[in-house]
Amino acid sequence: MASSETTRGTAVEEADGGDGGERPIEKSTAKPRPGNAQDLAGLEAGLDALDAVQTKRVSPVEVLVQKVLPPIVAVAVVLAVWKVLVLAKVTADYKLPDPGRVWDALHQLWLEGELFDIVWTSVSRGLFGFVIALAIATPLGLVVARVKFIRAGIGPILSGLQSLPSVAWVPPAVIWLGLNDQMMYTVILLGAVPSIANGLVAGIDQVPPLFLRAGRTLGARGLVSARHILLPAALPGYVAGLKQGWAFSWRSLMAAEIIAKSPDLGLGLGQYLENQRNNSDMAGVLLGILMILVVGIAIELLIFAPIERRVLRSRGLLASAR
Amino acid sequence: MSPALTTEKDDRASAAAAGSPGPADATGSVSIAHVHKSFGRPGAAQPVLEDINLRVRPGEFVCILGASGCGKSTLLNLIADLDKPTTGAIEVPGGRPALMFQEHALFPWLTAGKNIELALRLRGVPRAERRPHAERLLELVRLGGSYGKRVHELSGGMRQRVALARALAQDSSVLLMDEPFAALDAITRDVLHEELTRIWSETGVSVLFVTHNVREAVRLAERVVLLSSRPGRVVREWTVDIPQPRRIEDADVADLSVEITEELRGEIRRHGQQ
Repeated sequence: MASSETTRGTAVEEADGGDGGERPIEKSTAKPRPGNAQDLAGLEAGLDALDAVQTKRVSPVEVLVQKVLPPIVAVAVVLAVWKVLVLAKVTADYKLPDPGRVWDALHQLWLEGELFDIVWTSVSRGLFGFVIALAIATPLGLVVARVKFIRAGIGPILSGLQSLPSVAWVPPAVIWLGLNDQMMYTVILLGAVPSIANGLVAGIDQVPPLFLRAGRTLGARGLVSARHILLPAALPGYVAGLKQGWAFSWRSLMAAEIIAKSPDLGLGLGQYLENQRNNSDMAGVLLGILMILVVGIAIELLIFAPIERRVLRSRGLLASAR
Repeated sequence: MSPALTTEKDDRASAAAAGSPGPADATGSVSIAHVHKSFGRPGAAQPVLEDINLRVRPGEFVCILGASGCGKSTLLNLIADLDKPTTGAIEVPGGRPALMFQEHALFPWLTAGKNIELALRLRGVPRAERRPHAERLLELVRLGGSYGKRVHELSGGMRQRVALARALAQDSSVLLMDEPFAALDAITRDVLHEELTRIWSETGVSVLFVTHNVREAVRLAERVVLLSSRPGRVVREWTVDIPQPRRIEDADVADLSVEITEELRGEIRRHGQQ
């Protein structure tokens, strides 16, 4: 390249004070160096040791005190307040039964052998519906996030659907499909699909462009980039969407179970709650609510919380949160 | 300073007019010929790079130096094929060059070793060879024991070394570096300068290193290219004939740095007078 040769020639002359040779490497300014390769390795090891981020494991006792104890105390306080209100006779017994009577109702369900059946009917419906919702919402979210035209078209509808209470879908679902399991799953899908898809869209939107650039320089384009860069990078948002999707599935299912009653439908938690209301059995109603709450929380704690913790911890996103 | 500057520019202009680089002497070199780059709509386009001519010989270490707005990063993006020049031609031997950023750009969902293995996988290295290859590269950057470390468990300097290892995993003959040490503390940067010099001489890779730090450029490069700002043009080049290993504190490094800094300041002043 003629231009660079010329320019370099002049520059060399100026830098060398006129001797103008072709890169005279052998210039005798080399001084004895105190450092060598060994020293550099040692220096680097020292720097690494000083700078490395220390991750400390939390002892089981600490976990017990910091994580397990507070919720137990909170539940105990609620029970105590409840008991005090009952003892103070603030309202009629049929409106606020003794906590012990709720326990008796639970015990009776257990003795009748129905407890497990009722819970399993609802949980199996909820989880199965959630899995279908997952299978539909994941490709949908991907397409909405990456295809501009589709995003402009159905993106706002998808976010709007999230604010529509899923109870509203029960009447049309009953008319379309009748009183059966398909109706239940339809209501779950209409509740859960938008929230899972929106979670994935948000997760993809938050992927730093630097990752995509880095991926491209490594040779990842198109589907390869989606598989190796985009989806893993979007995983935290996606998992948050899954958690919310489960909450929506469970809520939608309970709405459907409370409203739609039929002997063809197995007895789930929602139907149990509605039956107890018909019997004017307040202890049973409270038991129904508590079981819905406990199952919802248990699924989140047993399935979704560990996944989310794993994803966040592996990326160092939980390091600051104790 | 300004008369010297004019002659320089005239030299460059006449030389550029004399002819484009012939293909015969281009073997193995990165060749950038008459590259222009503008951003914005046609008509109201802002020129960012103007008639850039540059060649990086195989195994050469070139630093591109310039103030803000000189289009350093744009130039690297063009060479890395992340963007296309408006006019002009860029030739890179052996396909896609490796690129290292100021941010480490390591993927946080993978361990240090797996980050390197992903680069190997994306260029088609068979599965069985990936792990030993990744471990060799980690050894090269002196992080032999860090294969299973997560990105957040590494210090800033370690992250940049893993990023360097990942860039080397592309097995490209050209390594582009976009201010890779700018965010590091001075001690770590100093050590990484030594590491980079060592790895460059061990691997024989050509390095095109962008920086705004004059001393860093003189410490590392065989050749320093000064770009003007808005638009970026090659103002001048210096061949650095101080033998390696150099130190950033060396008197020779300081002397040349002063000279280059004066030229750079002259370039910057020009913008204040307009």
